[in-house]
Amino acid sequence: MPKPKVAFYWCASCGGCEETVVDLAEDILALVEKVDIVLWPVAMDFKYKDVQAMADQSILATLLNGAIRSTEQEEMARLLRRKSKYMIAYGACAQLGGIPGLANQFPREQVLKFNYEDSPSTMNDRKTRPQLRFADNGREPLLPELHHVVRSLDQVVDVDYYVPGCPPTPKLTKAAMTALLENRLPPKGSVIAPDVALCDECPRKASKPVNIAFTEFKRPHQMLMDPNQCFLAQGIVCMGPSTRSGCEAACTVGGMPCTGCFGPTSRVRDQGLKILSSLCANVGPREEGEIQKVLEGIPDPVGTFYRYGLAKSMLRRKVNLPLT
Amino acid sequence: MTNPSPTTDGSWKPRIVAFFCNWCTYTAADLAGVSRMKHASNVRIIRLMCSGRVDPQFVVDALAKGADAVLIGGCHPNDCHYVEGNYKCLRRFHLLQRVVADMGIEPERLRLEWISAAEGEKVKRVINELVDTVSKLGPLGLPRRFQQWDEEIEALADDVAAKENAAEGGGVDQGKTPQTMESAHA
Repeated sequence: MPKPKVAFYWCASCGGCEETVVDLAEDILALVEKVDIVLWPVAMDFKYKDVQAMADQSILATLLNGAIRSTEQEEMARLLRRKSKYMIAYGACAQLGGIPGLANQFPREQVLKFNYEDSPSTMNDRKTRPQLRFADNGREPLLPELHHVVRSLDQVVDVDYYVPGCPPTPKLTKAAMTALLENRLPPKGSVIAPDVALCDECPRKASKPVNIAFTEFKRPHQMLMDPNQCFLAQGIVCMGPSTRSGCEAACTVGGMPCTGCFGPTSRVRDQGLKILSSLCANVGPREEGEIQKVLEGIPDPVGTFYRYGLAKSMLRRKVNLPLT
Repeated sequence: MTNPSPTTDGSWKPRIVAFFCNWCTYTAADLAGVSRMKHASNVRIIRLMCSGRVDPQFVVDALAKGADAVLIGGCHPNDCHYVEGNYKCLRRFHLLQRVVADMGIEPERLRLEWISAAEGEKVKRVINELVDTVSKLGPLGLPRRFQQWDEEIEALADDVAAKENAAEGGGVDQGKTPQTMESAHA
C-alpha cells in the first residue's frame, strides 16, 4: 500500500513553524517512515508544477503555516486545498493571521514605503520597488502582488483543522499527525488543543486572586517580577484568561506573561475584546479620571490584545484605510 | 442588518443598536413610551439585565453587522441593581472606545449614558442627540467595507476558475494572467 502523502507549505510566516516540525527530533524519522512528503519548500526541493500535476485530493493533508498576504500565497493555498483531503492551518499565522496580521493597521502603501524607502537600514536612493512585471532578456517574469489585507487561511480556503501556537509545540504536532495517520479525527473545524483557558495549566494558577482590583498596569520591563505569583496579581497584562491552553504554559513557566498565541477557546469569538472585558472589569477605581489613569498603563491595546489575532478579529482591519 | 440601506440616493438613515439595562434605562424607555414622548425611530433597543452584561463583543458585533452607532444605557453610579455592574461597564467603555478609535471608527459612535427609571425625557434627548451626531458622521457601512476587502481575493478565485475552464477546453494559456487590481508597486 502506498504511503499517505503529506505536504508542508509556508506563506507569510517567520519559519518558526517549520522549526517545530524539525523539533520533532527523532520522532520525525518515524513520521517520514509512515508518510511521503510531497512538498516542503523550506527543507526539500519540489516544483510547484509537480503538485499541479497531482490528482485532486491525492495528498492526505497539507500543513500550511503563515498568513495569506500575497497573490502567490493565495494561489498556493487554493492549489493545495484542491489537492488535499485535509487542509490544516498550522500555527498562529495560518489560524489567526498572527504577527503579520498586525499590518492590518496600516495601508499597504505605508508598509511598502517603510520597507523599501524609509526604514533606517534601507539604502535605496532610486526608490526601487518590486514590479509585478518587467522585461528580462525577452522574458516577462511575473512577481506576486501584496494584498491590501492580511488574512488567516480560513478566510481564503476551507480549513479542516487548526494546530495553534506561535509556534505549535512538537507535542501538539505529533498529536495532530498521529490523529491523521490513525484516522482518529475530531469533528471538522476543531482546534487540536484543549478547549480551556491557559490559566488551567499555568503553574501560577494557585496565586491567582479571586478578586483583583488593578490600580495600575505595568509592563514586564518596568518592574522586577515575582517568579511564582500570577501575573495579573502583579498588575501585568497576561492574556492567559482569554487564551487557549495546550502550550504547557511555556511563557509563564519561563517568566513572561502569556501574549495569546494559541487564540481564543471555542466559546469566545473575539479574543482581544474578551481580555479587554476581563481586565477592565477588574480595574479598581470608580471615578472616570482615575479609571483613565489606570488604563493608560495599556498604551497600545490593539497591539497587546490582538498580537496574533487581528486578522481574525471581528473588525479584521483598520476600517478607514484606503483600498488602493 | 446584513443589508444596510442604500447610502448613495440619500435614503440612508442612521441605524443605532442600544443596550439598556433592565432596571433603569429600559424602564426609562418604557416610561418615555407610556408618556407618549417622541424620539427618533432609528434605534433598536436590546434589554439586558445590567449594563455590566454588555460584552464588548456585542458592541463591535453590532457595528460589524451594520449598525452606525451603539448606545449603552445603565443605572447612575451607586444605583446599580447589582452594585458594581455599571462601574464595570464604564471601565470597559473607556478602553473599548480607544480600541475602536485605533481601528478607524469615530469614538463618538459609541455612547454610554446613565439614565434612571424616572428619566424618560433623557432617553428621548440622548437618542435624538446620537441620531444627530451619527447623521453628521454619515454611514459606517462595515458589511459593505468587508465585501470590498474581499474583492481582491475573489479576483484570483475567478481567474483560477476561468483558467480551469480554458484548460478543459484545450490547454492553459500560460502568458495570460489578467490583472484585476490596481498596482501600488507602480
